[in-house]
Amino acid sequence: MEAVVFFVLAAIALTGALGVVLSRNPVYSALFLVLAMITIAGFFVMQDADLVAIIQIVVYASAIVVLFLFVIMLLGVDRHENLNDPLRLQRPLAIGLGLLLIGEVLVLAGREWVTGESSVRGALDEPATGNVERLARSLFTDFFWPFEVTAALLVIAVVGGVVLARRSRRPAATASGDDA
Amino acid sequence: MTAAMNAASLLATLMAGDPALAGKLDGGIVLLVAVKVVVAFAVLLVAVMLYIWGMRKVIADMQNRIGPATAGPFGVLQTLADGVKLFFKEQSIPSSADRTVFRLAPYLSILPAFLMFCVIPIGGTVSMFGHRTNLQVADLPMGVLFILAMSGIGVYGVMLAGWSSGSKYPLLGSVRASAQVLSYEAAFGLGILGVLIQAGTLSTRGIAAQQAWVSWRSIFTDWYLLPCLIPFAIFLIAAVAETNHPPFDLVEAEQELVGGFHTEYTGIRFAIFFLAEFMNVITMSAVAVTLFLGGPSGPAFGFLPAQGSVNVWFVPVFWFLVKLLALLFGTVWLRASLPRLRYDQLMALGWKWLIEIAILWVMVSAGFVVARDRDWPLWAYGAITGSGLLAWGMLYLSIPKPGEPVEDFR
Repeated sequence: MEAVVFFVLAAIALTGALGVVLSRNPVYSALFLVLAMITIAGFFVMQDADLVAIIQIVVYASAIVVLFLFVIMLLGVDRHENLNDPLRLQRPLAIGLGLLLIGEVLVLAGREWVTGESSVRGALDEPATGNVERLARSLFTDFFWPFEVTAALLVIAVVGGVVLARRSRRPAATASGDDA
Repeated sequence: MTAAMNAASLLATLMAGDPALAGKLDGGIVLLVAVKVVVAFAVLLVAVMLYIWGMRKVIADMQNRIGPATAGPFGVLQTLADGVKLFFKEQSIPSSADRTVFRLAPYLSILPAFLMFCVIPIGGTVSMFGHRTNLQVADLPMGVLFILAMSGIGVYGVMLAGWSSGSKYPLLGSVRASAQVLSYEAAFGLGILGVLIQAGTLSTRGIAAQQAWVSWRSIFTDWYLLPCLIPFAIFLIAAVAETNHPPFDLVEAEQELVGGFHTEYTGIRFAIFFLAEFMNVITMSAVAVTLFLGGPSGPAFGFLPAQGSVNVWFVPVFWFLVKLLALLFGTVWLRASLPRLRYDQLMALGWKWLIEIAILWVMVSAGFVVARDRDWPLWAYGAITGSGLLAWGMLYLSIPKPGEPVEDFR
């Protein structure tokens, strides 16, 4: 039963992933990306990781892809892509790394074949402690320092982005008012 | 472990908490879930029909008109007649449209609206087909987050409808819509967070259970109405904005955008957009009832047996509907009385007021919950909160105000 669910989800996820790469229209690519993301959330549910599944939908399937679509729509999709790479080595390098990845996956798949069973580490959702509690405990104890550093890094990135995007034209600038 | 057990445990993960799904899966349970899904969808459709009729009647009354009066008693079948009319109208697709996405968009907007309703507990635990079950389609352990996720997914319908129409005004309308929904998502989530901090659970049924009826004092002590009064206000404002309901209906501002994102839509696709919009209004009101107004909690009818079918089946649903109707009347009142906001007012309200107040409230109430759990004295809590507020106030004062000279960065 779980193997059936797994293979159905895997087929949908692969369709989505291929659609992202093969679509000519960037909006279609973004929509296929949503499909792939939601299917991956399904995989998380199969592993009893409900919280991660929901976060996958909230963050990736909605927030991030909506942002992609926003940019695509505002910049216009009718423009033709320039297929001449500015970096000449990019394409052979990408092909080489892709082949390496396929080889790696095939080697792994040769040893372990999917059964659809939950991972050997056991369900995250044990009866004693819920999914959220387990995740919160590891975030705020074992991984507290990396977690806080990541948060600080994100804040720095946002502030940096605002500063870089801010272009003041007048020599003696005033804070922008309602009419600015 | 047999395959059926695996399936049952998978379903139990999806719908944990429903007693019908705790044990082995059999045909009765499948039937039960199917019936619940179909009934929920039908109820939502009929509710939208009645809501539109009620809205037109109430607004008409407020404007000294009669409103729909010919189709059925008191014009109650007017919405049905409109629906039938729209169903048989020609569906045109503009030549510049992206045909696939244009056809897909209405369904993308109605699906999240329905899925969101599935996690709302509208009644107690009852017996059906020989199984104990909740009057709720799915009791997800992450129910509240699921509501947030679905309201996020709901943007796609509007956004893609505007883009795929291939003309100017729908695109402008959908860009407005997505910006508005994304902006208010933060305030919406932070408003819900106010309840989650107090409740300590993400399950909608768990939150409703904590507000269960004990006596009349439950309204003030057990419901999250008073402990979370500020999040409730923020939630209501943000939910009205999320559903593009007046006074936040800039998405379909007729004076500026012709019709907004649905300008190019006709016939049943046009109707589906409005179905989704009103479904969202009803679902958001139901979410507010569940989170803040106790959900199905209310006094049982004392003159009837406590375990009788009326008190088990009917009374919780009745109280839920009473509260839902009160909130829905409020939305109609808003539609009848408030003028539309300007775009900058909308953004200023969301980003400069709601999010700040919500974050402040989350910090204050988190401190309060910790102080209550650890039995801290009141003065310690007051000192911590006071210093936090002081720090925030100093930060606020250091932000340059309009017209104030600031140093140039370059």
